[in-house]
Amino acid sequence: MTTVTFTNPVPATSTSAAAQLFATLGLPPSVSGPTWLAQARHESLEWAKVHGLPTRKDEDWKYTRLDALLDVPFERAEAGVSHQVALATLEAVTVNPLSTRVVFVNGYFAPNLSSLHGLKKGVTVTSLATVLAQGAVGLERVFSTAFDQYDHAFTALNTALAEDGAYIQIAADTVVDEPIELVFLSDARDTPLVSSPRSVILAGPRSSASVIETHAGVTGRVTWTNAVVHVLLDEGARVDHFKIQDEPDTGFHLALLDVYQGPGSQFSSSSIMLGSKVARNEVHVHLEGEGSRVSVDGLYLPRDEQHHDNVVLIEHVAPRCVSHQLYKGIVDGRGHGVFNGRIIVWPGADGTDANQTNKNLLLSEYAEIDTRPRLEIFTDDVKCTHGAAVGALDEEALFYLRSRGVPREAARALLTHAFAREMLDRVASESLRTHVETLLAERLSVDGLVIEGMLQ
Amino acid sequence: MMLHIENLHARIGDNEILRGVDLDVAAGEVHAIMGPNGSGKSTLANVLAGHEAYDTEGIVLFEGEDLFALSPEDRAASGVFLAFQHPVEIPGVGNLYFLRTALNSVRRRRGLDELDVMQFLALADDRMKSVEMDRSFMNRSVNEGFSGGEKKRNEILQMSILEPKLAILDETDSGLDIDALRIVAGGVNALRSPDRAMVVITHHQRLLDYIVPDRVHVMAGGRIVRSGDKDLALELEEYGYSELNHAGNGDPSVPVGATP
Repeated sequence: MTTVTFTNPVPATSTSAAAQLFATLGLPPSVSGPTWLAQARHESLEWAKVHGLPTRKDEDWKYTRLDALLDVPFERAEAGVSHQVALATLEAVTVNPLSTRVVFVNGYFAPNLSSLHGLKKGVTVTSLATVLAQGAVGLERVFSTAFDQYDHAFTALNTALAEDGAYIQIAADTVVDEPIELVFLSDARDTPLVSSPRSVILAGPRSSASVIETHAGVTGRVTWTNAVVHVLLDEGARVDHFKIQDEPDTGFHLALLDVYQGPGSQFSSSSIMLGSKVARNEVHVHLEGEGSRVSVDGLYLPRDEQHHDNVVLIEHVAPRCVSHQLYKGIVDGRGHGVFNGRIIVWPGADGTDANQTNKNLLLSEYAEIDTRPRLEIFTDDVKCTHGAAVGALDEEALFYLRSRGVPREAARALLTHAFAREMLDRVASESLRTHVETLLAERLSVDGLVIEGMLQ
Repeated sequence: MMLHIENLHARIGDNEILRGVDLDVAAGEVHAIMGPNGSGKSTLANVLAGHEAYDTEGIVLFEGEDLFALSPEDRAASGVFLAFQHPVEIPGVGNLYFLRTALNSVRRRRGLDELDVMQFLALADDRMKSVEMDRSFMNRSVNEGFSGGEKKRNEILQMSILEPKLAILDETDSGLDIDALRIVAGGVNALRSPDRAMVVITHHQRLLDYIVPDRVHVMAGGRIVRSGDKDLALELEEYGYSELNHAGNGDPSVPVGATP
């Protein structure tokens, strides 16, 4: 067991940058919806003004520069501005054409691209805008309670701006077999746009569902996705969440996955980060119900000048909860990968079983990685482990492959695939696994190497 | 001559490990190289396979071509094979996939058609019999969790699938019990042929009871200090390497770099 000293993060402030950003975006915008929502938007904006944007002096933002993002004169994306997303773009990111699919363009629901027919009884899949228009009963919690010490201005900004997103509700004892696909497409023209989707997944007692969240966009355009997803699991519920971030490398992607788990619930989050110029994926899990379990996995593959930041915070609040984290980075070119994983075991969370592992493969001498696995433990009866590793490809394994006739570049690609393999093996859905395999093959393969059947 | 080595030197940094090796191996012959630990046997094997850690000087011709002009993968395609003393474990890469990728890489470079999975399995099934391996080996990651004997059998299986012209076996017998040794030797003997040469590096005479060599060489201090027929191995078994002083032109009892 390792104990790490507790650091209370004091957000470093950059209030002028925040004021400037809000001024550019034309905040505060006109708001619609329930009174509590207007109140929440107002409060979040005030919060952001006071606290400012995070800077690199902030512990949790130490390795991520926002200069490039703040240099862009972004405008707010708006509903109803119909850019014609090529159907080919959508097809390429669709995992299973037969799935229930909710598509958003620049953060706004695109009914003509979505497929919502034949939903099972007890399953609601719609847009947040629809729910807000109907009064958003029960959603006050996810908009109003988001601000504790861990939050930052970007979540606040999402609260201020979010008008749409996905809304999924699974009734008690309802099991959804096929993954539900949420597709977020960025489609800016000459004006750089910020989209602020906010999604909610509510899993009733003993229900079960899996969700695939894909982010992609039109190559060459400058967009900024600032997304928030809430997942609330009731007692005994199970949700598997898989995220594919494959936005153009001219864009920015900041995201928070905020999860609350009830007693005996099970949640898994897996992510593969391929795109964006600067991307930051944050997963915050609150294990509030006794005996709940979570696994949070990620694979990030920054290359060229890409920056991929992974932030994980698991809070063990209730006793006898289990959490596993496995993050793997494959960094090429001048890419920069960050893993910032934190486990907090609060007083009373006896019988906690938590571990976190971060492994990184550096493929070029300019590749950079920063890894910070952290444990903060405030109770005695716990089992916690953590570890991090950074290395290059194994020269002896390369020589072994080459001595068998496999060309150098193919041997490198083969070993790189092998490193990523462990993440693929964890994907239960066959169609999803095939889809992710294809994405990885596109990213990592070289001529003369057939990846198909690698582990047969 | 299949393999011609003349005044071969190899060093890592300031440490000179090979200090003038001369060796000729003709097609159809099996040569054994024996010698104490640290005499340079494994370095010779690695240098021939193209390991990049060494700075080399001297002449190595494989079928008349300069071997040093070729990358490790080109050497494999030309027909050079090294059975490793310590085969590497490669988690995440299936053995079947690895073997097929290797064979197809070599076939492509030799201008032959690639084998599909079914064709490859038919070949592999046949070759696995000779080293008493079953299909379950194919579904595991390369060498991962293999016992010492399984790893060595996997090396011999690779050799029988890739069908090299020159096979170098680096201490393939080390760590094997008598049953595994018999299986490995059987696999090697099945591959003996008039157009294939083998260089068998071993620390123990025992292996040569199973793989009977045409020539035996003794390495010491980075050179071949004595050569003879198979009886030389028996002599070494009886008198040990220290007795070589009397017959050899080197002095293996003196450590490398020491002044006598």
